[in-house]
Amino acid sequence: MGGWAIAVHGGAGIDPNLPAERQEEAKQLLTRCLNLGIVALRSNISAIDVVELVIRELETDPLFNSGRGSALTEKGTVEMEASIMDGKKRRCGAVSGITTVKNPISLARLVMDKSPHSYLAFSGAEDFARKQGVEIVDNEYFVTDDNVGMLKLAKEANSILFDYRIPPMGCAGAAATDCPLQMNGLPISIYAPETVGCVVVDGEGRCAAGTSTGGLMNKMMGRIGDSPLIGAGTYASEFCGVSCTGEGEAIIRATLARDVSAVMEYKGLNLQEAVDYVIKHRLDEGFAGLIAVSNKGEVVCGFNSNGMFRGCATEDGFMEVAIWE
Amino acid sequence: MVGWAIALHGGAGDIPIDLPDERRIPRETALRHCLDLGVSALKSGEPPLDVAELVVRELENHPDFNAGKGSVLTTQGTVEMEASIMDGKTKRCGAVSGLTTVVNPVSLARLVMEKTPHIYLAFDAAEAFARAHGVETLESSHFITPENIARLKQAKEFNRVQLDYTVPTPKVPDNCGDSQIGTVGCVAVDGAGNLASATSTGGYVNKMVGRIGDTPVIGAGTYANHLCAISATGKGEEIIRGTVSRDVAALMEYKGLSLTEAAAYVVGQSVPRGSCGLVAVSANGEVTMPFNTTGMFRACATEDGYSEIAIWPNN
Repeated sequence: MGGWAIAVHGGAGIDPNLPAERQEEAKQLLTRCLNLGIVALRSNISAIDVVELVIRELETDPLFNSGRGSALTEKGTVEMEASIMDGKKRRCGAVSGITTVKNPISLARLVMDKSPHSYLAFSGAEDFARKQGVEIVDNEYFVTDDNVGMLKLAKEANSILFDYRIPPMGCAGAAATDCPLQMNGLPISIYAPETVGCVVVDGEGRCAAGTSTGGLMNKMMGRIGDSPLIGAGTYASEFCGVSCTGEGEAIIRATLARDVSAVMEYKGLNLQEAVDYVIKHRLDEGFAGLIAVSNKGEVVCGFNSNGMFRGCATEDGFMEVAIWE
Repeated sequence: MVGWAIALHGGAGDIPIDLPDERRIPRETALRHCLDLGVSALKSGEPPLDVAELVVRELENHPDFNAGKGSVLTTQGTVEMEASIMDGKTKRCGAVSGLTTVVNPVSLARLVMEKTPHIYLAFDAAEAFARAHGVETLESSHFITPENIARLKQAKEFNRVQLDYTVPTPKVPDNCGDSQIGTVGCVAVDGAGNLASATSTGGYVNKMVGRIGDTPVIGAGTYANHLCAISATGKGEEIIRGTVSRDVAALMEYKGLSLTEAAAYVVGQSVPRGSCGLVAVSANGEVTMPFNTTGMFRACATEDGYSEIAIWPNN
């Protein structure tokens, strides 16, 4: 016990028919990101810096739904959001409605460090980004052919599509309609696919967490999910760091990330017990997953969804990358 | 079965003790009027969700509170309003940000909750959604009052918002030492223990365009479940970090504290002095209105006949 620990995720709720090569690609990306984080932790880089650099890597890679490779809005554009939190003093930063900033997580960090506020959105956030001199690109940069195809399918199915990362031919249409994962008493399935996140506790026991996403495929413009909301998608305290993924509305309603820390603080549960508790009791009919680290160097993943892309590692040499139960 | 209860606020902050009558009396009168409206709705059996919404609408329409008409101005002299609402029984919620023409942000938040599969819509899209649903909108000049234009000017002159980005801990301005502060909100419970909360605001004076505060963040400014309903007000950034409204409920759930104990703990320990106040009711009809600021515009009433309208601490 003690020492550093890190976990990353690439989203919860995965098509059971996801082709093997896609699963492999995902695992390789998760491994690569874990290794980046591990090298940084071994160089004594602080938890908050590690969280940011790992999420930047996930945003830059087009595989998962964040930064480049984000899910598309109903208009075929990308609108991203992210949040980051430093457990030490519970400082936080968040952004929404980002359309030209290459790395939303870094903008969230700048909001935390360089502005008098905690949360900036849309044109105000974009203006702040320019004043801070962050890297700006056209919105097209974030749009991938895969997602253009997925959006078309989503519109045809007239539903918010659970983003399976299946190639846009053959089985995808069928999977969308006889998707066994539609739920929640609403006419559309509302998974938030493949949000990315990272949680870290460094060698000094400081916890940090971050989450980044493009949101739901075919979402309404201006729709904000759980990822930028402190306490919902992201939370860090002196006790733990948490990043969530899955059905955004269920995560918000459950204040899922905050609750992991709250049951540790107020019920005295340890990290594993806390994660088990919130997944079991706080999600009602919703489906979600989360990764968490504690100030004692523990790392836990928990989910009630059909799988979660995840990886974790600890200083004593443990490392695991997984998709299913 | 216990009785109904209601509490509402018009903002917590550095409300000067020597607030002149012409600023104090209209606000007290408004608080009384809103309390009466809420009480009479509860007595007629209106669901707490409807009661919370109608009281907040009334506070939004009143130009002397920082929500709807009378919202404070961004650094560009514009209005950007936000609101949220939560139904404790189902934990369904709705939130909006970046509104510029919607007359009643809290009602738009309710529409988001009821008419979309989402929880939170913002800026241009929220405005478009409002129009698509025929929600009442007015030119932004409707919302901007001469007092707020003056406040913005004053804030810029005194440079209250520290735009010096080398400051590591965000500094939040006190609102020019006068009475247009915080947020408005209402929490209500009926005799059957159904709870609801709603909060609405213009943010704070001279805020950056696009700045979102605690008000639309579920768990920060607004929260309701089967145990209690909370609406918070004060320095948004602190309320977000402190997940204030969720924490009151969490302390009740996880530590078995009473509503009053939980609320006192959060306001006393989880947020810095001078940053926060809240109103809360519980499923068994308790009411509490703690704050760690100079004052908080507030009012409450319970079925057993208690009622209170106040600004500063009671003792």
